[in-house]
Amino acid sequence: MIPELGHFSLILAFCLSIILGTIPIIGAAKNNVLWMNLARPLSAGVFVFLGISLVILAYSFVTDDFSVQIVAAQSNSLLPMRYKVTALWGGHEGSFLLWTFMLASWMLLVSVFSKSMPIQFVARVLGVLGGLCVCYILFMIATSNPFARIVPLAPSDGSDLNTALQDFGFIVHPPTLYMGYVGFSVVFAFAIAALLSGKLDSAWARWSRPWANMAWGILTIGIALGSWWAYYELGWGGWWAWDPVENPPLITWLFGTALIHSLAVTEKRGVFKSWTVLLAILAFAGSLLGTFITRSGLLTSVHAFASDPTRGVFILGILALTVGGALLLFAFRAPLLKSELGFSLVSREIFLLTNNVLLVVSAASIFLGTLFPMVYQAITDDLISIGPPYFNAIFVPLMIILVIALGFGPMTRWKRTSTDYLISQVKKVLAASLFIGLVLPLIILMEFSFTASVCAGLASWIVLTTAKDVSNKTANKSSIMAGLSSLPLSYFGMILAHSGIAVMLIGVGITTFFSAERSVLLGPGESVELGSYNFRFNGHEEIRGPNYIGDRASISVMKDVSVLGDLFPERRIYLATGTPSTEMAIDAGFLRDLFITLGEEKEGGFWSMTIYVKPFVRWIWLGAILMALGGAIAAGDKRYRLLRQREKRNRKESELKPVMQPVSQ
Amino acid sequence: MKPHRKQKLAVIIFVATGLSVTVGLTLFALGQNMNMFYTPSQVALGEVEVGRQFRIGGMVKEGTFVSAADSLLVNFEATDYVHAVPVRYEGILPDLFREGQGIVAEGSVDAGGVFTASKVLAKHDENYMSQEVKAALDAAGTSQSNQNSQNISEL
Repeated sequence: MIPELGHFSLILAFCLSIILGTIPIIGAAKNNVLWMNLARPLSAGVFVFLGISLVILAYSFVTDDFSVQIVAAQSNSLLPMRYKVTALWGGHEGSFLLWTFMLASWMLLVSVFSKSMPIQFVARVLGVLGGLCVCYILFMIATSNPFARIVPLAPSDGSDLNTALQDFGFIVHPPTLYMGYVGFSVVFAFAIAALLSGKLDSAWARWSRPWANMAWGILTIGIALGSWWAYYELGWGGWWAWDPVENPPLITWLFGTALIHSLAVTEKRGVFKSWTVLLAILAFAGSLLGTFITRSGLLTSVHAFASDPTRGVFILGILALTVGGALLLFAFRAPLLKSELGFSLVSREIFLLTNNVLLVVSAASIFLGTLFPMVYQAITDDLISIGPPYFNAIFVPLMIILVIALGFGPMTRWKRTSTDYLISQVKKVLAASLFIGLVLPLIILMEFSFTASVCAGLASWIVLTTAKDVSNKTANKSSIMAGLSSLPLSYFGMILAHSGIAVMLIGVGITTFFSAERSVLLGPGESVELGSYNFRFNGHEEIRGPNYIGDRASISVMKDVSVLGDLFPERRIYLATGTPSTEMAIDAGFLRDLFITLGEEKEGGFWSMTIYVKPFVRWIWLGAILMALGGAIAAGDKRYRLLRQREKRNRKESELKPVMQPVSQ
Repeated sequence: MKPHRKQKLAVIIFVATGLSVTVGLTLFALGQNMNMFYTPSQVALGEVEVGRQFRIGGMVKEGTFVSAADSLLVNFEATDYVHAVPVRYEGILPDLFREGQGIVAEGSVDAGGVFTASKVLAKHDENYMSQEVKAALDAAGTSQSNQNSQNISEL
């Protein structure tokens, strides 16, 4: 009975979102305040009923109701409680319900934090989001009902959550990634609402910016969590594999990065309007593409859900309808968006344009490499795969140029900057970066390495140009503190995000060059050297967990003569399915990670294992955290709040008149 | 030409040049990094150049798995149930590697017809069969579904 209530609640949410997707938009067109005012309560209603559905589904998981199909498929009575709850998003149906709920959460946030915007705009934004909700819920009800039952005989126990998913990463990575992904729907809805109204002005860009920054920041964290999880769970010693399912979030992220920069230009200078709108549509299309790739059965990977062609066709339909419709609307409206090319060839606009072109080109080439095998197969029937070398060959040079432009961007002025001024500003910084790039790796490595030089040079270029810019901006103030406090919060957001790139660059460079790995066969008491570390295998013991049995090896790590501690890699057999799984042991550190994966037992108590030393690998994710923080800080700039208050006041004054009019009629 | 037209033209030429260079480089890189996929039968019949990187997909033939006692070297045969190709690999195998299960291996074949793998991938859950393995079995006409339908038609 209870799962049926969840299904019922889902249908109610569907009905409400149909109303939300139509009435407020019509109201906005007809200037009917009553109809427009329906948008906020309807959004709250969709949120509540989707929330009830989600809670009921979670309840079915917690109470081991194996008559529900997805509970039987993804859970098991032995599963620890935290995985029973999160097993909800361990399969296609449940994860899509979570996805849709995330959209409803963003809708609720928009309806709460949009008090300063005109009701017409809010009605259109929420209406567009409601329309998306209609598509998503219809998709669930029609092809993938999470509450479907197994009738008449329910199994006595479930077939367990995929063992690779029984991990902390699984608890945090999918919700964060979805929240970031879906956040771009909000920016998309803002763009569509502006297109519908025909008023793409800087007010629209200003309203969009905090939302774009938040979605971008959360997506950054989501991708970083995925990378970190894959790093420690899959035990292949890498942090990015250019896997076809990890590419769509990156494509979305690259479009999103271009978007937040382009929005800045549109807000400040009123140019690049149509380009910004196009980017908002592209970022949204990227997020739908990710859904399509993982849910259509086009690919087989740890992310791919059991395939069903009708689902793929359905999502393709949603993609065609929303993105196609948006592009059509854009084509009709774009000629209205005249913006004058009011800037010279050396200006901040040009550097931001360069940023956009590079980001979009890199996203497009990743898109090409991801979809090429599928297209190739459809045409020639031959199976091929595109390996990491392709992506590295394209992505790395583009990012190098991007980082160089990043140094110039903040220093140049809007409209026009004299070339002499720019050269005088960066002359010393450039020399210092080149010097650091050439000399620092030489001192540490005692040999010349081109890539290490490039990384060191670029990282110092970012840090030094940023420092130079800060000192320029605070030069006229009495003290540094006074100067810093006069700078807006969004400027600090930018500095933080740019420093994040420098930190990530250092991490990538050092990890790529100084990592060491060794696969060995060790007997009890034997030891092996790797880098400056000594690993001694002490032996193994049998272990028993809540839903698995296995072996645990004990390895002592020593550096020089001091003991650093013991590492305990495990090899488990999960009881419900009999699937084996390796648990790596990691000694994580700010400057280096040591980790060991356990292979199998050979004759005479020998075990095969792979040992890795990975210096600075944590800096990659630290960089991502800094970027996301930068996005959050920029979104919290008090400028938006002040404007919000001022606009609210203005609006109250102006709204008094139209409210009075009907009375006088 | 008016100055702002000139400027517009410059921007367009700049973007167009950049775009064509990128497209050219991208296609070149794609061509360079394309890993073809072959079935065990194709490899056994010598359709693949010696030393060329490619992927092979098939089932691990029952009773062929040999693991060296004193090193990480393993040998097994990948089969589509028509032909089998000997595979050698040094390293730790994926968790779900077992005899009678589908794998995909990346590497090259030597003059003696032995495939040296640099990477071995196994399926990672019970419902999953790699597209490549399935294609190999389909090509050889030995996939489960074909066997079933053959059995049915024989009846």
